[in-house]
Amino acid sequence: MQEWANQLCENRQFGSKMTDSKYFTTTKKGEIFELKAELNSDKKEKKKEAVKKVIASMTVGKDVSALFPDVVNCMQTDNLELKKLVYLYLMNYAKSQPDMAIMAVNTFVKDCEDLNPLIRALAVRTMGCIRVDKITEYLCEPLRKCLKDEDPYVRKTAAVCVAKLHDINAQLVEDQGFLDTLKDLISDSNPMVVANAVAALSEIAESHPNSNLLDLNPQTINKLLTALNECTEWGQIFILDCLANYSPRDDRESQSICERVTPRLSHANSAVVLSAVKVLMKFMEMLPKDLDYYGTLLKKLAPPLVTLLSAEPELQYVALRNINLIVQRRPEILKHEMKVFFVKYNDPIYVKLEKLDIMIRLASQANIAQVLAELKEYATEVDVDFVRKAVRAIGRCAIKVEQSAERCVSTLLDLIQTKVNYVVQEAIVVIKDIFRKYPNKYESVIATLCEHLESLDEPEARAAMIWIVGEYAERIDNADELLESFLEGFHDESTQVQLQLLTAIVKLFLKKPTETQELVQQVLSLATQDSDNPDLRDRGYIYWRLLSTDPVAAKEVVLAEKPLISEETDLIEPTLLEELICHIGTLASVYHKPPSAFVEGSRGVQHKRLTSSAGSGESVESPDTGSAAVSEAPTAVIPSQGDLLGDLLNLDLTPPTSTGPPPAAAPGMQMGAMDLLGGGLDSLMGDESEPLGGDIGGSPAMGAGFGAPPAAMPASFNAPISGGLDDLFDLGGGGMTMGTYIPPKAVWLPAMKAKGLEISGTFVRRSGVIQMEMTLNNKAMSVMSDFAIQFNRNSFGLAPAGPLQILTPISPNQSIEAALPLSTVGPVMKMEPLNNLQVAVKNNIDVFYFSCQYPISMLFLEDGKMERQVFLATWKDIPNENESQFQIKDCHLNSDAASNKLQGSNIFTIAKRTVEGQDMLYQSMKLTNGIWVLAELRVQAGNPNYTISLKCRAPEVSQCVFQNYETVLKN
Amino acid sequence: MIGGLFIYNHKGEVLISRVYRDDIGRNAVDAFRVNVIHARQQVRSPVTNIARTSFFHVKRSNIWLAAVTKQNVNAAMVFEFLYKMCDVMTAYFGKISEENIKNNFVLIYELLDEILDFGYPQNSETGALKTFITQQGIKGQVISLPVSQTKEEQSQITSQVTGQIGWRREGIKYRRNELFLDVLESVNLLMSPQGQVLSAHVSGRVVMKSYLSGMPECKFGMNDKIVIDKQGKGGTTEDTGKSSGKQSIAIDDCTFHQCVRLSKFDSERSISFIPPDGEYELMRYRTTKDIILPFRVIPLVREVGRTKLEVKVVIKSNFKPSLLAQKIEVRIPTPLNTSGVQVICMKGKAKYKASENAIVWKIKRMAGMKESQISAEIELLPTNDKKKWARPPISMNFEVPFAPSGLKVRYLKVFESKLNYSDHDVIKWVRYIGRSGIYETRC
Repeated sequence: MQEWANQLCENRQFGSKMTDSKYFTTTKKGEIFELKAELNSDKKEKKKEAVKKVIASMTVGKDVSALFPDVVNCMQTDNLELKKLVYLYLMNYAKSQPDMAIMAVNTFVKDCEDLNPLIRALAVRTMGCIRVDKITEYLCEPLRKCLKDEDPYVRKTAAVCVAKLHDINAQLVEDQGFLDTLKDLISDSNPMVVANAVAALSEIAESHPNSNLLDLNPQTINKLLTALNECTEWGQIFILDCLANYSPRDDRESQSICERVTPRLSHANSAVVLSAVKVLMKFMEMLPKDLDYYGTLLKKLAPPLVTLLSAEPELQYVALRNINLIVQRRPEILKHEMKVFFVKYNDPIYVKLEKLDIMIRLASQANIAQVLAELKEYATEVDVDFVRKAVRAIGRCAIKVEQSAERCVSTLLDLIQTKVNYVVQEAIVVIKDIFRKYPNKYESVIATLCEHLESLDEPEARAAMIWIVGEYAERIDNADELLESFLEGFHDESTQVQLQLLTAIVKLFLKKPTETQELVQQVLSLATQDSDNPDLRDRGYIYWRLLSTDPVAAKEVVLAEKPLISEETDLIEPTLLEELICHIGTLASVYHKPPSAFVEGSRGVQHKRLTSSAGSGESVESPDTGSAAVSEAPTAVIPSQGDLLGDLLNLDLTPPTSTGPPPAAAPGMQMGAMDLLGGGLDSLMGDESEPLGGDIGGSPAMGAGFGAPPAAMPASFNAPISGGLDDLFDLGGGGMTMGTYIPPKAVWLPAMKAKGLEISGTFVRRSGVIQMEMTLNNKAMSVMSDFAIQFNRNSFGLAPAGPLQILTPISPNQSIEAALPLSTVGPVMKMEPLNNLQVAVKNNIDVFYFSCQYPISMLFLEDGKMERQVFLATWKDIPNENESQFQIKDCHLNSDAASNKLQGSNIFTIAKRTVEGQDMLYQSMKLTNGIWVLAELRVQAGNPNYTISLKCRAPEVSQCVFQNYETVLKN
Repeated sequence: MIGGLFIYNHKGEVLISRVYRDDIGRNAVDAFRVNVIHARQQVRSPVTNIARTSFFHVKRSNIWLAAVTKQNVNAAMVFEFLYKMCDVMTAYFGKISEENIKNNFVLIYELLDEILDFGYPQNSETGALKTFITQQGIKGQVISLPVSQTKEEQSQITSQVTGQIGWRREGIKYRRNELFLDVLESVNLLMSPQGQVLSAHVSGRVVMKSYLSGMPECKFGMNDKIVIDKQGKGGTTEDTGKSSGKQSIAIDDCTFHQCVRLSKFDSERSISFIPPDGEYELMRYRTTKDIILPFRVIPLVREVGRTKLEVKVVIKSNFKPSLLAQKIEVRIPTPLNTSGVQVICMKGKAKYKASENAIVWKIKRMAGMKESQISAEIELLPTNDKKKWARPPISMNFEVPFAPSGLKVRYLKVFESKLNYSDHDVIKWVRYIGRSGIYETRC
């Protein structure tokens, strides 16, 4: 550091300019003495020069504290320039020289009464920065005077000084009554004084979460809004940030505040704009959605958000991180603005990555073609992280927009052909997800994937590939060889790969039991005996016992149909999202973490929450909504993902007989999430796209959920290696019903996705009437009412035959049963799968969407028994290419029992023939839309495997009908 | 709030360090140097969290400015402040360079003391600051220090610094009242190789230089579609006849200098203000509809075998023939393994710049509705690199003497009731400059 000073000195000596840099030249040994002499010089100029030299040494980190008394001696001067320099010195060294700092007190007190307001303010500003207890006592009187000074410049400085003093000695500030004086300043006539008072009070209030310090009421709000129009850009930020903590009493007040805040959206300062957006996003929650103003407001929000993207890159980054949150909360605001998020070649990498994230969130059927073209472009760029993310994004598009899936898959295959190692790996990871989302559709690409097996060296890609091999073992001839090759280095693999390998080999064994016995034994012993990873061991033991006690059950468990993965991945958990929306513009919104995760001490520990719109729900909201601490209302409405993981591990071997009632949100559960955050603190800036708790492997918080009852697995759960766990979990339930088969209720809408509303349900056909039977469970803290339901167009025109009859509001933790009669005369649109039904449920809080699948037997009519002759003729009449054959495995019923069971679901046996010990059942069924399905079921005594041939003029339904056969026969 | 502010040179040596909060220790200075300035990898984020301390940084030439905090501060505000800090420093001593910072360190400390109190940004308008900051910027010549102020002057200063019009001082006098308006636009384009516009927008700024006496009240008018349509409907007022119709433009969004009364804009869409003295940016705006794209680039890239590329690029100017575009530059990227390039161009000069991996084609002037062409043969070295060349887009730079958005200034009225000069006495100048922003065509 000295070098540059010296160098400069040499350069300067010959130059004629007199500049400050010459002060950096004093490096000689005796300099302290020289400085001392100069400081005590009689000449003003010399004194000033000396102080400048001292400050220069201070900046470069040299200790000049020895000069303290000499510098303080220079303090008494009427030269403002010299005074400022001395004060600067004092602020730096007072703490290390507390005794001598007292020497300065007198001058401070005197300066606080100076005629010049600039000097009074300077004194009070500096005094606050001197963190010496003895001095603070002397500070009180001058501060009290300055708070009531006639000059606004002094008052605004004194206001901040209260916050400084509070930081040093909070008790003193309270005892001296400074807080009240500060509150009075909110009504000051000068806008800048108001702004600083607001800033100081907000800061003090943060460390006293329960105090009613910032007593925001309509009157003070009005004052703040008035000052908002008049103060500096910074003051506007303080005021807006403070306003965001207020909870309006009703929607009218909410609207009037919004109206007065919206002009700020045109401010040149991005921070003013973002803070205004925060206020609007928060208060919008209060507005009824059918209000005209609500729509206007939504429209007004988009342009300023887009404008933020033309700011400097650092601000763009902050804006993008916030837009990411806003898009998750209110996708409608920016849905037409896709193009502005297209990546520019020269964007800094951090801007590129964020834009990509938002592009995926905004991708929809309308713009998918454009988005894909862009993503393909990005996948050829240079930056590895960016390319990876682009590849991943293509996969996410496939999952999100069904119509584009095929194009996405072919794009991914193209990329795999480039053979760029990281592109291939990334592509395989996302293809696994695509398989999960669209089973039995794109398996033809497996061969191509297998070609690249060798090049995979990242755990996630290896795990994904292993999952694919295990899942489709029956279609890959050398699946056993492939898996065996991975097994060789089992102990060197990461946990993720080990777990996946274990599951895959068990799957393989269940599919091809004869050839793979040795392999499965090998992996089980590797996992249980040679590993000290508890997760791996536990899973190994589960499989082992399952396989040894009941192979059939094992099959049901391991090979069960997996729940579909949800469309949106990487969504921020709703409670966290709500909290982050309240922190728009701040660091929390940049990190996507609650302030408590990165702020020490008491500050920022309170959780902020959105106050939702008016209605019966409001009474449950915490009563003290007036204060900043809206948060005491327990936020543990919804257990976070981390807890669900915990629960999963806690699963024991007894399968739940039916999907048991999901656990009420246990109050302790919230802790899991907090621990997780705690664990990752130091790497805060690491991979943030990963969902909380996404890493099942070694997360220290895994134990958090132990002891809690098994929770229902939401379909959205999409941890990278969840394959095996899902298998375990999807035990399928075994509710035995005679007559009509009624599937057990499944969770359709997890509470996590619907602000605390959980819907589970099933479909029933009773004497010709189709009913949707639902259990609505309120897991939120507020009352839910005003329910309504609607279906999207679907394959068979299912539609509600009447309104959803929920007469009483559902109070928190209450659940209610509802039966909705359905008709089949609604609008028709082919769905994939055919029996998919998309449902929208509305309540007083919001509208929620989910999709479920109904058993196709709901649609089999009671008069589906065909005449024998007609059957024969029809069977011949239907072309052979419409025939499809399936195997039903492990069915231990005889043909009569099967026939009886099927009849309960309106599948009628018309004739039975026995040829060489094989029973052939000829069956028919008729769908509500008049389509006949004919079946031939072959049952061989002693063979648990049935063969079924289906013939229908609309062969699309065959798959569904077959699945139905399987479920009916096995239950 | 901001806990501390550090300025480093490119080597990571501290030039300025000012700590505002007790929770920021001296080691924070080193933490940033080690983890960000000396980091091995490229900086991945402008916000860095090191041991629960957050660092915000911006870079100006090779100077790092870093703000430090341990609290959940308003991140947007911190960056805005850092930019403002740069503006203020530039206004005082010119370019932000190591030398200038060392030469003005006492001034910087004084400024930091004034514009940031306990980490809360205070009035940071240069106009106001200059009235009471005792240090003068050193640009080259030594400026005389202000003489001691009278009591009236002092209270005038404080009322200005804290007042509603913090950006302008009273008592400004000019013999000649004059103002200059510059409409500066940058037109951005991303075009597909087939000539399809993938995205295009204009981001514009209206920069005003005002030399007006007293506290003039100004009103600015432009051909904003919303205003013109409103006037059209009313069928009243002055100049509706002339300027209504298709002349108006749709502005997607605009932001204003803090002198503009935003609530008035929100309710009446009129732009009224008391301007700061001297140069400042009155407004920024963005348009996406009906943009005049001054140039069209038509690329043709053909790979001839593994070691040769043929590139042909045609540019067409698309504006009135009477206007002249200037400083035209077309940048055609070449692969990394280029061994030699042969270029032929109809107009201007073209050169292959190996260090930039691009062919740079420069044309001094070009009139509207003209066309020009360049063709190049690129020889490539054979490589084993499996990864294909990424084909970065062809970019273009130019300057045109009109506003590509179509924005027109309709009026700027000046009212100063206390002094005896009227709107007619003010000499007004308007100038339009359209520049290329990111103007790219993929190939």
